[in-house]
Amino acid sequence: MLRKIGFYCGIGFLTLFSIVPLLWALITVFKRNSDMYSVGTVPFFYNEPPTLEHVVFLFTESNFGLFLQNSAIVGIFVVLITMVLSIPAAFSLARLTGSWGERSGMAIFLVYLIPPSLLFIPMYQIVVWLGIANTIWSLVIVLPTITVPFCTWLLLGFFRSVPRSLDEAAMLDGCGQFTTFYRVLLPQVWPGVGACAVFAFSLSLGNYIYAATFITRSAARTLSAGVPTELIRGDVFFWPELMAATLVVAIPLAIVYGLFFNYLVGGFKNAT
Amino acid sequence: MTVLTLRALEKHYGSIKAVDHVDLQLESGEFMAILGPSGSGKSTLMRLVAGLEPPTSGDIIVDGQSVVNVPPQHRNVAMVFQSFALYPHMTVRDNILFPLVSRKVPKQEHEARLQKATSMLGVENLLDRRPSRLSGGQQQRVALARALVRDPELFVFDEPLSALDAQIRSRARAELRELHDQTRITTLYVTHDQVEAMGLADRVAVINEGRLHQVGTPQELYNDPADLFVAGFIGNPPMNLIPLDETMVAGLRPEHMLVDPEEDVPDLLIDLAVTIEHIEYLGSEWLAHGQARAVTSNGQQLHVIARLPASAHPGLVSGQECRMVGQRKDVCLFDRASGKRQVQAEVPA
Repeated sequence: MLRKIGFYCGIGFLTLFSIVPLLWALITVFKRNSDMYSVGTVPFFYNEPPTLEHVVFLFTESNFGLFLQNSAIVGIFVVLITMVLSIPAAFSLARLTGSWGERSGMAIFLVYLIPPSLLFIPMYQIVVWLGIANTIWSLVIVLPTITVPFCTWLLLGFFRSVPRSLDEAAMLDGCGQFTTFYRVLLPQVWPGVGACAVFAFSLSLGNYIYAATFITRSAARTLSAGVPTELIRGDVFFWPELMAATLVVAIPLAIVYGLFFNYLVGGFKNAT
Repeated sequence: MTVLTLRALEKHYGSIKAVDHVDLQLESGEFMAILGPSGSGKSTLMRLVAGLEPPTSGDIIVDGQSVVNVPPQHRNVAMVFQSFALYPHMTVRDNILFPLVSRKVPKQEHEARLQKATSMLGVENLLDRRPSRLSGGQQQRVALARALVRDPELFVFDEPLSALDAQIRSRARAELRELHDQTRITTLYVTHDQVEAMGLADRVAVINEGRLHQVGTPQELYNDPADLFVAGFIGNPPMNLIPLDETMVAGLRPEHMLVDPEEDVPDLLIDLAVTIEHIEYLGSEWLAHGQARAVTSNGQQLHVIARLPASAHPGLVSGQECRMVGQRKDVCLFDRASGKRQVQAEVPA
């Protein structure tokens, strides 16, 4: 009994611990400036009636709408490029290359660990050379260098968990290599593909260093670089707007992550 | 008519010969079992026939045509896997139709063929289920229906019963044989279980360490083992192998081993003084395990087993001394060095 109480107390504390910042952000979004900056009041309550003025400001008087749009375009293209490259790569490594293909998964994963803060200088050279600096296409081209290795590694695990007898049955049933892949193997790894898509999208959303260095024009910026530069002007922090901008992105993403969480964890388990 | 011919077939993995110079012929409509212990190369042999692995050398001829360079999707060989390998994302119906779809069989034929295969296996009422919702026995039937639906030249089974519960295995075995008698599709059946091989097959090929030791009917294998390996492998318990001298080994089935014979048995070849180790009661028979007091020339203890009918209580207890004898007519003789069977006439009396 005591153990049970202790267990639920622990759970309750951890839940509160992780949800308080979000709640605080949510409360701040609708606060009047005078309420927010008044000293001596509890910051978690509305002392003056809530307002929508900051949300209106965010969408009408900043480039936030553009950032959202840019981030969505970059995210979708990064996901597409990642899928087109990493699904066939993972399949080939899992099935067509003999034993070294499977073992190369770790080597591929290591590529992902090279920090972007080292890579952005040479990458910038390439982006300038391609003539796409200051456009969102610079991110569309460069971000897959992070997502493709990671997703290949993750999908390799998913492909590896499919029994080989399924491929063999398909071949004996009359499938060539491609139809075996397309009609039999791919359907087994859809959860993994979904997990990879979520991961690639959220990574493209969260990348700051490339987004901040390749693009300096405000209208071409994405959320990660645009929001802090647009909503922090000098030493003035537009707190409610910042909170609103964060939540608009974080909440949907959290829900999607929740849906794919089991597949992601399963994928990590298969891949290692 | 010969459906399948293997000619000097070899498969090497590095220095290991998984399949070592195998010659084999399957006649049309024949049910042949490939029987061997695990690691004997029987699965490799089957994968070579199915086209899942290329042979190192030798030839595989199906219906008079070499198929060594033909990929599996163009060989008309259907296989039932040990794990059944049903496609988890498809319903039973789609699983069974899959070979027809991927071989581009005209759509109007599908329904009739599906009907025929499913009614033969009694799975008509499972068509809309997913494989994960089926029992092991049902999965096996669906796997059989999928293999059957496209009228294959050759059926290849990879231990299809080993994934089933012991209770339904003997039923499934009977059904498998009935199915074969209905369809008469030439069948290659790989197993490590001699009860399956002997009970199902018209002929059995015994394989060990990649080499075929004997190909014959179950009766031939049991009564006339070609070498020491077959003699020591077939039968449960297998033959007693008793060294006679430096060059000869005598093989005697446990049921031919006579314990303490009351009257004079003529023409004895084996006469051992034995200490009983333990007695086993198996319902229909007794097994008497004993240790011969004479040791073999290399100093090993000689273990012998006699099988006695259940009707006669053997009246033996552990530690008891007795005499076990075998007649010349029941004994198979083997050359000790080569392991090969010797013809009786060569044996000195």
